[in-house]
Order: sequence, then C-alpha cells, then structure tokens
Amino acid sequence: MVDEPPAIELRGLARYFGERAALRGVSVRVPAGATLAVLGRNGAGKSTLLRILATLLRPHDGEALVFGEALPRRGFAVRGRLGLLAHEPLLYRELTGRENLEYHARLHRVGPARVQQVLEAVEMERRAEEPIRLLSRGMVQRLAVCRAVLHDPQLLLLDEPRANLDPAASGLVEPLIGRQSGCTRVLTSHDPRAALAEADLVLALRDGRAAFVGPPAEIDQAKLDALYA
Amino acid sequence: MPSTTYGKGLRGLSLATLATIALALALVFFYAPLDADQGFVQKIFYIHVPLAIVSLCGFIFGAALAVGHLRTGDRKWDMRSYVAIHMALIFGVGGLITGSIWAKASWGHWWVWNEPTLVSFLIVLLLFATYQPLRFSIEDPERQSRYASVFAIVAGAFVPLNFLAVRLAQEFVHPRVLTLGGGNLPGAMRLTFLISLVGMALLYVTLWKYEMAAKNARSQVRRLRRTLLGDDSVRPAGRSAAPL
Amino acid sequence: MRTALILLRKDLRLELRTLETVPAMILFALVTFVIFHFGLNRSTIDGQLAAGVLTATLLFAAMLGINRLFVAEREQGGFDAFLLAPVDRSSMLVAKAAALFVFLAALEVIAVPAFGLLLLGPSLGPALPGLILVLALADLGLAVIGTLVSGIAVQTRARDLIGPVIGLPLLIPALIATARAAGPLLRSVHAPAAPPGKWLAILALYDLVFALLAYAVFDFLLEE
Repeated sequence: MVDEPPAIELRGLARYFGERAALRGVSVRVPAGATLAVLGRNGAGKSTLLRILATLLRPHDGEALVFGEALPRRGFAVRGRLGLLAHEPLLYRELTGRENLEYHARLHRVGPARVQQVLEAVEMERRAEEPIRLLSRGMVQRLAVCRAVLHDPQLLLLDEPRANLDPAASGLVEPLIGRQSGCTRVLTSHDPRAALAEADLVLALRDGRAAFVGPPAEIDQAKLDALYA
Repeated sequence: MPSTTYGKGLRGLSLATLATIALALALVFFYAPLDADQGFVQKIFYIHVPLAIVSLCGFIFGAALAVGHLRTGDRKWDMRSYVAIHMALIFGVGGLITGSIWAKASWGHWWVWNEPTLVSFLIVLLLFATYQPLRFSIEDPERQSRYASVFAIVAGAFVPLNFLAVRLAQEFVHPRVLTLGGGNLPGAMRLTFLISLVGMALLYVTLWKYEMAAKNARSQVRRLRRTLLGDDSVRPAGRSAAPL
Repeated sequence: MRTALILLRKDLRLELRTLETVPAMILFALVTFVIFHFGLNRSTIDGQLAAGVLTATLLFAAMLGINRLFVAEREQGGFDAFLLAPVDRSSMLVAKAAALFVFLAALEVIAVPAFGLLLLGPSLGPALPGLILVLALADLGLAVIGTLVSGIAVQTRARDLIGPVIGLPLLIPALIATARAAGPLLRSVHAPAAPPGKWLAILALYDLVFALLAYAVFDFLLEE
C-alpha cells in the first residue's frame, strides 16, 4: 500500500532521567515490515528507545509515532499491536510456563489454542507445566519469546532477543521473531555484526544522540569501532 | 519556568507581613484582655491557633497544587506543592509545640487526648511528616514528583475525614471557652485573633514565595550553566527530597 | 471488570502456590494475641479493650499483606506485562484491592475465632453477626488504602518502611471507627445486637471517599 504510514516515525525524540538525557534529538523512519537495528554501547539509550516505543516510557520532547499514532497520547491504540522482548522475561517465577502464557493470552484476548501453538513452536510443551523458577535461562527466554508473540503483534521490539539461547534454540525462535515473522522489527544486540546482517536500517546511538542513521551497507568497521570506542 | 518570577512584589508583601505581625503582637500584649481563668499564658492562643489553621490550610493548598501537577504534568506545580507542604510542616510543628504549652497552662497537662482538634492535628502532622521520607526514597525525579503528588492529594483529602472521625470519637468534649473560629470571643479578643491569623497567613505566603524564588533561581542558574558551559560543568544533583 | 478478574485469579493462584502472605499474617495475629495477654497481664478482656486489641492486631497483620501486595509485580515484571496489554489500567487497582480483601477475610476467618478462644471474655457467638458486618466494612477500607499505599511504597527504596509509615496514619480513622463499632458488641453485659450505626456510617463514608480517590489517582502510579 502506498499511503500506509511508516510503522515507526521518530522526530527529535528526547527522554530525560532527571537532568541526564538518555535520548536527544533522535529521528528515524522505519517502513512497515523493515528491520531496524539499534546499535550502541551500554547506556547509549537503546533500551530507553525500546521502552518508549513499547509505550512504557513517556517521551519528553519531539514526536514518536507508531503505526501513525502519536505516543504517549494514543498509546492504547498501539499497545495490543506490539510485542516486547526485553531483558526481563516478564513471567511470574512461581507459575508454570503454560499458566503464565494463559494469563497473557487472557489479557490480550487470545484463545488457549494459540498458547499450545507457540509452546510447540519453541519445543517447550514438555516443560510447560513446570514453574518458571525451575527452568534454565535459555528455556525462560524461549517462553519469553512465546509471550512476546502470543498476540500476533505487527511490531516486535527485541532487546537482545538471542541472549541465553544456544544455536538450536535460536533457530527455533527464528520463525517467531526473525525476518520470516513478517513483522516490523526493532532489535538491539550485543553482537553488532549479527544485528547488521539482519537489518534493513541502522540507528547508531552514542550518548543518547543518533550518531548514524542509514542502511547497513554504509556502516563500515571504522564507524563501528568509533561507536564502541 | 523562566517566565515565572516569584520574586515579583515580594518586597511589598514582606513589609505588609512585618507590619501585620508587629500590629498583631502589639494587640496581643497591650490590647487583648487578660483571660480571667488562665492568665497571661492564654495569650499563646493568638500564636497557636493561627499557626495550626495556617498549617492545615497549607496542607490543603499543597494538595490542590498537586492536583495541578497531575493534571498538567508540569513539574513546576510539583515544586509549588513541595514548598507549600514543607512550609506547612514547619508551621505545624510550631502549632503543636505552642498547643502543648497552652494545654499545660490551661489544663495542667502537656498533652490532652480529649481535645479532638489537637489529636486530629497530631495525626495529620504524623501523616504529612512522611512526605519528605517518601520523596527521598524515590530516586527517579519524575516518579518522585508524581508519587509525591498522589500522596499529597490522598493526604489532603484525609484531613477533613480525620477531623470528623476524631471529633466524633470524643464523647465528652472538654468545655471550651474559646472555639476555633473565634465565633464567641469577646470583641477585643476576636479582633486580636483575626489580626494574628491574617499576619500568620501573610507570613506563610511570604515564606512560600521566598522559597519558590530561591528554588527557581537556583534551578535556572543550573540550567544556564549547563547550556553555556556544557553538561559536565554542574555536579550531578545528589539524591534529594526536593524537586530540582 | 473482566481484566480485574483475570488479574485477581492470577494473584490468588500465586498466593495459593507460594503461601507467602496469608499464613504469615495469621501467625502474626496469633502471636500478637499472646503478646497482648502478657502485655496486659489479663486472661480475658471485653468491651472496648477487646475491640481495640482485635482491631490493632488485624491492622498490623494487614500491614504485612499490604507490604507484599505488589512485590511480585515489581520484581518479576508484572507491571510491564500488564502495561503492555491493551486493558484498562484501573483494573489493577480493583484486582489488587479484591485480592487484599480476600487475604484479610482469610486472616479473619482464623484470627477472630482464635481471639474468641484466647482472649475474649464473653462468648463470641452473639457478637458474631455484627462483628462480621463491621469487619467487612473495615476490610474494604483496608483493601483500598492498602492497595494505594502499597502501590506507592513498592517503587521506593525503603518500601518495607515507607508502607507502614504512610499507611498507619491514613488508617487511624478506620481504626477508630472499627474499634468503636465493635466495642459495644464485645461487652460482657448489655451487649447490643447491632453495632452503633454512627460508626458504621463513618466507616462506609471513609471507604467510599478513599475508593473514589484511589480510582482517580491510581493510574498515575502505573505510568512511567
């Protein structure tokens, strides 16, 4: 569609924590279906950006539009259409994987059949009746992926999605959160090479400012070194 | 915030406050008649009751300003609310101490439980005393001001409910010659009381404005330094109960 | 409402699974009765003293539950998960207040008969219907204020301290009304059948005002 709004549009976005600016003057436009890789050192503002897009943090300045809806005012129109996979799995430790997912399914008005479907997709249906606290970190991460995609979001916000996943598990979640998912994706990674390989667009953050916005082909080793220096 | 100048008219207001308080004190000592039962100590009434009334109004004022903060999301309202409440706390402690002295003088005890106004006042003060610790234990400044406003509103609404409950709990209210409103005071006492009340209220407003002006100036200086000299020129603000 | 039920169900399931809160509240209440027995040096108490001991004990036991009400949400990402869902945010207040109410009711089902056995002079039976009414109204107020206070305190660094320090003064009027409503019911002689209407009305007014207030301000506690 020609006049479909971009999935994400940021104009001069800023967010402060007290006097410290976590993000300043960030502008980027992500077309629907594209993948944006957000690069930068620890504390560069990557997670803040993801939390703003997830409607969990309020932008302080500039504009943030998701699916053409301005945040934070129209956050409710966006919430059900995005999936966030952050550092914390957002699962209750004392409940089983299935109970956790059923809880999220009810909140998102998704039927129980979908829970079974995603559990099978990540091959966790056998361990789904165990409390989260008994599972290994990789298994918890697989369940967290299930949680994030349970309601078929159109926009995936992935903060280091492959943390704690071995290659096999990484392959399992690929259809859910990889390029094949067909979702617009925003991802960060501790491994800039891997992130670049997946990306259509790169946003490099340095101290909360956009150091580089453009296609991954334009980012070379020297720029990467400067970014992580 | 730059357009807000809290210092405006402060000189005139300060002079008016000074004059009113001087007049009130003169009336208290030279004009108001000596109470037949309680003697000279009764005159602390002219300090105690206005302090308590102004302090309670200050809490309510702070709650109203907190509503402004939550409605607009503008943190200058939080600053106003903070200054209002912390000033009211200082007046409140003064009110409690003078009230205690008065209680000792008129009933022979430093503390009386059958004086509902005094008891309610203590409870309100205990509640608002947690305002500063609450602020101090929330690190993120934005969350701090939001939570402080929620607290201020709840605590503000608590004030009248608490007075109602405590007053009803007293089956035998101590017979009082003087009621709070000064409704049945003899004329001279009443005039003195009203002028004292006005003086105390003016003092509150003046101090509120002084502190707002100081806080405002300080934050503007900080902002200027950051703009002109760069972010590293100011030391990062330490943890504080006060809004920045 | 639907969302509140989903949340409540999850909270009750978590409590049943961990048995963290309610058993601790019950044990706390029982120990407190023993402490009052020695502190007052009385084998039986009645009337206003009995009502005061019962109310104070329940209030302090409730503080334990209030302190823990949001801990799982804060530490295990429950807040974020809830905020990501396209649901009405006030349902969190309703669900948590309902959960706290259930916890308090569970506490009282054990603690009130235990109080009757251990400390109360007159027999509990005749007072029970009136007492249930009073405690139901008191629990409503405790649940609402407790949820609000807990929601504030859970985001502070010293949450175990901030909760009671804010909560106890806020609950004093409820404590006054509860104790005064229950006092006549627990008299040894001339106990009326119904609690005094004046105090029930105060309690109801208190519940209503704070329920509306909590509903108005609670969303601000969730936002980031």
